[in-house]
Amino acid sequence: MSNFPFLSVLTVAPLVGALVVALLPRSRPDLAKLVAFGWSLLVLVLSVVMWFAFSAGGDRFQFRESYPWIPNWGVRFTFEVDGIALVMLMLIAILVPLVILASWHDAESSKRSVPVYFALLLVLECTMIGVFAAADVFLFYVFFEVMLVPMYFLIGSYGGHQRQYAAVKFFLYSLVGGLFMLAAVIGLWVVGGKTFDWQALSQAEFATNTARWLFLGFFIAFAIKAPFFPFHTWLPDAGGAAPAGAAALLVGVLDKVGTFGILRYCLPLFPEASRWFAPWALALGVIGIIYAALLAVGQNDLKRLVSYTSIAHFGFIGVGIFAFTTQAGTGAVLYMLNHGLATGLLFLVVGMLIARRGSALISDFGGAGKLVPVLAGVLFFAGLASLALPGTAPFVSEFLVLIGTFTVNKPVAVIATLGIILAAAYVLWMVQRTTQGTLNPALTEVEGMRRDLTLREKVVVAPLIALIVLLGFYPKPVTDVINPAVQATMQDVGKSDPAPEVGSVQEASK
Amino acid sequence: MSELKLPSIDYAALAPILIMLGAALVGVLVEAFVPRRLRNGVQLALALLAVLAAIAMVILNSDDRLITAGGAIAVDGPTLFLQGAILVLAAMALLLVGERAVERGGAFVAHAAVTAESPEDRRQAEGVGGATEVYPLMTFAIGGMLIFVAANDLLTMFISLEVFSLPLYLLCALARRRRLLSQEAAMKYFLLGAYASAFFLFGVALIYGFTSGIPGRGAGVDFATVHAAVGQSSSSQVLLFAGMALLAIGLLFKAAAAPFHVWTPDVYQGAPTPVTGFMAACTKVAAFGALLRVFHVAFAGASWDFTPVLGVVAVLTMLVGAVLAVTQTDIKRLLAYSSIANAGYLLVGVLAPTKSGLSGTMFYLAAYGFSVLAAFAVVTLVRDADGEATHLSRWAGLGRRSPFFAAVFTFILLAFAGIPLTSGFTSKFAVFGPALEANQAWLVIAGVLTSMVLAFPYLRVVVMMWLSEPGESTPTVAVPGALTSAALVIGVLATLVLGVVPGPLLDLTTGAAEFVR
Repeated sequence: MSNFPFLSVLTVAPLVGALVVALLPRSRPDLAKLVAFGWSLLVLVLSVVMWFAFSAGGDRFQFRESYPWIPNWGVRFTFEVDGIALVMLMLIAILVPLVILASWHDAESSKRSVPVYFALLLVLECTMIGVFAAADVFLFYVFFEVMLVPMYFLIGSYGGHQRQYAAVKFFLYSLVGGLFMLAAVIGLWVVGGKTFDWQALSQAEFATNTARWLFLGFFIAFAIKAPFFPFHTWLPDAGGAAPAGAAALLVGVLDKVGTFGILRYCLPLFPEASRWFAPWALALGVIGIIYAALLAVGQNDLKRLVSYTSIAHFGFIGVGIFAFTTQAGTGAVLYMLNHGLATGLLFLVVGMLIARRGSALISDFGGAGKLVPVLAGVLFFAGLASLALPGTAPFVSEFLVLIGTFTVNKPVAVIATLGIILAAAYVLWMVQRTTQGTLNPALTEVEGMRRDLTLREKVVVAPLIALIVLLGFYPKPVTDVINPAVQATMQDVGKSDPAPEVGSVQEASK
Repeated sequence: MSELKLPSIDYAALAPILIMLGAALVGVLVEAFVPRRLRNGVQLALALLAVLAAIAMVILNSDDRLITAGGAIAVDGPTLFLQGAILVLAAMALLLVGERAVERGGAFVAHAAVTAESPEDRRQAEGVGGATEVYPLMTFAIGGMLIFVAANDLLTMFISLEVFSLPLYLLCALARRRRLLSQEAAMKYFLLGAYASAFFLFGVALIYGFTSGIPGRGAGVDFATVHAAVGQSSSSQVLLFAGMALLAIGLLFKAAAAPFHVWTPDVYQGAPTPVTGFMAACTKVAAFGALLRVFHVAFAGASWDFTPVLGVVAVLTMLVGAVLAVTQTDIKRLLAYSSIANAGYLLVGVLAPTKSGLSGTMFYLAAYGFSVLAAFAVVTLVRDADGEATHLSRWAGLGRRSPFFAAVFTFILLAFAGIPLTSGFTSKFAVFGPALEANQAWLVIAGVLTSMVLAFPYLRVVVMMWLSEPGESTPTVAVPGALTSAALVIGVLATLVLGVVPGPLLDLTTGAAEFVR
């Protein structure tokens, strides 16, 4: 089974689906929705099969495929995944069908073609899968940049208030990062012996200064993508303006490309430079945790609030990566998955609330729980998951990051812990102002607020809630896949975990 | 004194040039003898056939590596590739020139001598068939460009510069609509072009003086002599530097590099759009072909001296093009500034004096030519009652009115912005890679930074077309005739194919990337 070309099929399949959906007549939107949903389910099934075909204790990279593309430059279509990429692929495969289901009526309000909206979602899925599956730096760059185009049109054509501004800001920020990376990619190609193959490049030795410059080129691109403080200002605008489904993918998956890129490209290719820059990256992470959380507390727009919480979470992921311990690294990767589930859920639920109320402002809500109790309950759960309550999946990852960091850098871990308290503040306050308290009389006059979760919406949230709880209690299947890949990455960086002392917390994480 | 010897002439190698110049002469005769109503068809067919025949000869000659016509013409890899590129792009431009379905009578004025805005002029604007003299003029210009990229001495280069420039000055003045703007553009182009030619000629004279100092060899302006003189001449280096600078000014003017770019936006805006496309694609190929030959063959020994200066010019060109493109409100001017910035990227390739640098530059020239011609083809289609609607605000909401053409134009703009899977990305890679290898990292960084700036104006047009609501004044897109469609399809397909599978063309440019000396 492992001879099946999983990765190329997975990459191409959504694109074919997108073409089919785009060619459907505009007058039959329901057919387009069904085809898109069915197609994304197909991708999910294939991904699940691939998950089981992946042997957790086997080689670091599996399912390698390689076809020639531009021989003059040594560019090949090379795909392979390690545990980290595999987990991200699963996240994409799970989120996309749910997002399609959740966006069932999103495109109708926009006067634009409905089939095109779903086709764009599938194109986005193709590029997202490609970017995680690529093992050729050039190919990775191609997916990294092309990914912008469908997202740009999703935000710009189907988004809400200020969508044009947000779409352009998103595109320009990402393109600027991408062009820094392009310079670094070309530089890497020149000093790395005219090859783009990751395996070959990871063996190459670079001069210290060259490596630092190249690291910086890649790092800026990834830091903008993730986004880390101070490159984050595009995310609240984009997240606030994007339709809820697209926003869930934007924050849930697209942004992980940044942290994934750091793990896959920055650390293994430029280990010395990574160690050299680590203090700076840690500082950015910690600032992000505190600063974004403070801003989140002050937000009055639900989608912007969720966007800011994401920036804070990315701070945690950044700290986890640059602490250079296996625990923190595993925690960071697990966080990437859990954040995708929890924030994805939060975005979708918030989207459902906004669709009912017709407004994203928190002050327009108040006591909504009395009208839509189930929806309010799901919002509360999503909020708790995103503040990393024990028993939900994000707790495991946040805890791993913190203890992994504590063993090597106590001040950073202590300051980051403050972020947990702030998280409780912004989540609980948001939940309180929207669903608790006295009922806002204006709400009763809104038609939509009398409708609680529909069956379709329940189907959307149920799998995410189940996964969050399941992984909160039993993360082992995922950590088993992630751990070897993270260990190998840390070996590439040349950092080994500090020796366990008496009373060490090593076991607590298992 | 030795007796006069006739130089040997390899007519087969010169065939593309001879075919084009011959066709131009026949075209003049057609003007004189063929009845008016048949002229357009006959002229277009003649010009296209001549271009196709010339392409066939270029392909037949593709293995030639020789110097002929008494050392005046070098037929080698770069010559043949660039000649082929000029001819293919010129064929596309001819298709645009020949289009008469989009506007009654075509894009050209019937009688250029009629005073603009006079009653007689308004009558002829109503749809009298455009002047068919444009075809011989185009053919002369193409013929001149073919010599320009093959010229192996500075005098031949100067003459061919004039041969292709003079018809272009005239062509710029022949727009059917907005004639005063068109005539103004032609006048500016002519005056500044004449200055540039004078600079070039003065440079030739100084270089001739410089070569007189080679021990045991006569003075001359062929590239072999100049090359020898750079290392050996006992004449003052001031002659070399001043001559090189003046030559560079003449060539950089044609290439539209800053600070010799000021004519570009006015001329691009005023000229009939098919001619603008022709200039943006073919003139650029010709000018850079000559730049490559002059600096890689004649002055190769002085690369330490000219590289920093040309590097500054390249950075300045990229900056000026990118920054000023941001402020433009007219699509033709925007494309003009984008073409200036692209001249900067091409200069980055010129400054990588390796085989891969030469190959990358040639790849860039061909790829850019296809995209820019397709872009101007779309511009000819977006029109209202007064002709082309070039003001950007008029393009608002075009994506709703005509999604197909808006999508095509978006694709071309993404290519200009260098998004992967378009030729814009592969060609940037093709010049930046060799430049990094040649230790010109600063040029690459400047290129990347200006690309960021340049992305903004392109994106603004995309936003205009797709994300803005169509206004009252949003023009419609004319249904293109077969000729424009053909040019558009070729341009867009080339942009896509060169972006996805650039391998074959890269093989071609790599194989061609060696000058004969």
